[in-house]
Amino acid sequence: MNKENHQVLLEIKDLHKEYDTRTVLDGIHLRVHKGEVIVVLGPSGCGKSTLLRCLNGLESIQGGDIQFDGESLIGPNVDWQKTRQKIGMVFQNYELFPHMTVIENILLGPIKVQKREKKEVMDQATQLLEKVGLSDRKDSYPRQLSGGQKQRIAIVRALCMNPEIMLFDEVTAALDPEMVREVLDVILGLAKQGMTMMIVTHEMGFAQAVADRILFIDEGKVCEMSEPKEFFTNPKTERAQQFLNIFQF
Amino acid sequence: MQNLGINVLFEGTTLQRLFEGLMMTAGIAFISIIIGSFLGIGMGLLRTSKSGIVQFICRFYLEVFRIIPILVWLFIVYFGVTNALDIHLDGEIVAVIVFSLWGAAEMGDIVRGALESLPKHQIESGKAIGLSFWGLYRYVLIPQAVRRMLPGAINLSTRMVKTTSLVVMIGVIDVIKVGQQIIERSVIKVPTASFWVYGLIFILYFIICYPLSKLSKKLEAKWEN
Repeated sequence: MNKENHQVLLEIKDLHKEYDTRTVLDGIHLRVHKGEVIVVLGPSGCGKSTLLRCLNGLESIQGGDIQFDGESLIGPNVDWQKTRQKIGMVFQNYELFPHMTVIENILLGPIKVQKREKKEVMDQATQLLEKVGLSDRKDSYPRQLSGGQKQRIAIVRALCMNPEIMLFDEVTAALDPEMVREVLDVILGLAKQGMTMMIVTHEMGFAQAVADRILFIDEGKVCEMSEPKEFFTNPKTERAQQFLNIFQF
Repeated sequence: MQNLGINVLFEGTTLQRLFEGLMMTAGIAFISIIIGSFLGIGMGLLRTSKSGIVQFICRFYLEVFRIIPILVWLFIVYFGVTNALDIHLDGEIVAVIVFSLWGAAEMGDIVRGALESLPKHQIESGKAIGLSFWGLYRYVLIPQAVRRMLPGAINLSTRMVKTTSLVVMIGVIDVIKVGQQIIERSVIKVPTASFWVYGLIFILYFIICYPLSKLSKKLEAKWEN
């Protein structure tokens, strides 16, 4: 589906990121349209996780611009607290708050940060939990859940803030292979509902199924940007070809 | 009937006086632990600050209390500071000041240790749902840190209770001083008086400190679930 004539939600212009003297991101350009799913691929250490973290203000950047909904996310005057409510992020290690139950984890942001009515949030949380098949775990503590369950809760926690875009940073990398599927299904469901997403993953089959576009990064540069079918069957660059070969036996 | 030594405890106002002494000891310790804990949490937060100068000052403060014996601190404040500023402070007040400052230094270190032991990702996922700096500490970091620092904090509290026995040196009549007075009065009549009096004091200290460690075990068990 072509979503390129949708409104641009996120625009990254010539993004540069350095750790000390090492360049991690070297002039990234990207436009994410509303409802679009971008899957970011690339070898380990290519900077794809760093890219997502820059979008959420967890990393400082050394050059370029990021515009979200027409507003720049660069400079000291950015209200990150407000922006982060619109940019949901899910991490590799789920990182639920261990001292809170599942429902407390989910309600914390909407109630304490967004100051919404408890009843309204509760209804939304219940619906979301049902959708990911975990409505019976509302009062469990994170340690009583499996990795896949925790990750689904982490997704619900981010969704309950009603974000405009979701960032997924290798959300299945720490999971037992048997649990990968249940998490990917949730993300696939979100894509079908039209959620705008940027997904960093190593699951190639999933990438092909969920992506509108594939962004292939190597050594901090965009090597290739194409539709999934084209990328997986007929990669343009040699670097992408090599990368894809690693995943074939 | 042969005069049993233990009777020394029940003569006149002995028990009541020992109890008053005990209240002095427990009072100083209790107030200092409360003040020290609050100051210590602030101290611990400061110590996780990225500013080098703040770090240095806090570190210096902690080391100063670790290196100089508490008895010396009591003397410095009771004799030195009051003299220099030309004011009078009661021994009890001096004791509370010194023990609170000491508690703050040590508690600060415990809080810092607990905060630093939390996984970094907790901070990031807290930020990711839009929590402010204070929200992050209030809802995510401090509740978890409190659970981790509990054993250290209880240990510090019992140490503070025990160390209050030094206040006798600045003229505060605590439970041990009362005990000494009673022994001095009755030792000629009852040669075993010191055994009974100190024996009772031993039990009294146990009565103060034991509930503390019991409480910590209970809280730990509760948070375990």
